[in-house]
Amino acid sequence: MLIFILYFLIICAGTGGELCVSRAMKAVGEVKDFRPAALVGVVARALRVSWMWAGLTLMATAFFSLLAVLSRQNVSLVVPVTALSYGAGALGGKFFLGEQVTPRRWAGVLLVCVGVALVIVGRR
Amino acid sequence: MKPSAGLHFKTYLLIFLMVIFGPLGNVLLGKGMRSIGAVSIGTPAEALNVLFRVLTSSTIWLGIGSLIIFFGANMLVLSWADYSYVQPASSVAYGMSALMAHFLLREAVTPMRWMGVLIICLGVLVVGYTPPRTTEPS
Repeated sequence: MLIFILYFLIICAGTGGELCVSRAMKAVGEVKDFRPAALVGVVARALRVSWMWAGLTLMATAFFSLLAVLSRQNVSLVVPVTALSYGAGALGGKFFLGEQVTPRRWAGVLLVCVGVALVIVGRR
Repeated sequence: MKPSAGLHFKTYLLIFLMVIFGPLGNVLLGKGMRSIGAVSIGTPAEALNVLFRVLTSSTIWLGIGSLIIFFGANMLVLSWADYSYVQPASSVAYGMSALMAHFLLREAVTPMRWMGVLIICLGVLVVGYTPPRTTEPS
């Protein structure tokens, strides 16, 4: 049961965290200057966006859940299973960020989910 | 809006960094946590003990360093590209994780699991033929 809760946290908190970070970075704007000083400025601007803090908190939750799962199961099982977040991510991109997810992109996401299912089934 | 060649180049470059350093970080974390053993956090003392062992593992710190590089590349690419493009496109990292786990950690990967990883990569190719940005920047 604990392992399912941990996977749930990795997938949901991880996806939620990435969506929040994505929203924060869209608010910061496109990064065009990659010099170190400019990148520090980007980080400073990002940290002033509240979505970034929400995202970092959720991602930290997902990270510690990942550590707990990795102490019990193989990397070659754990990492592909976390790809289940792709379905949630595409839905979040569409409904939370207002992105236009094309049918072809949905098809790709569906293939990824099928692959993940095979990874889970093929664990032994 | 037609994305420029430059937009494609920097998108692919940062996704490449994500594909290398994300899996490397996961493999290093897996190696570090395997050396610590199955964690139990039933009491505060146990939780503190686990935290101490995690924070004093050099392998885990190397993994965290790799994941910070991954996270930085992820943040930068998300400043211009769609989340629903970046997330699946970076899923090549899942294939890379299986390869690294097999060759670096000597984990047994069954044929069906390799098939699953291949299908994940096929999904990535399909996603790769969609434009990185489908919404106008605000």
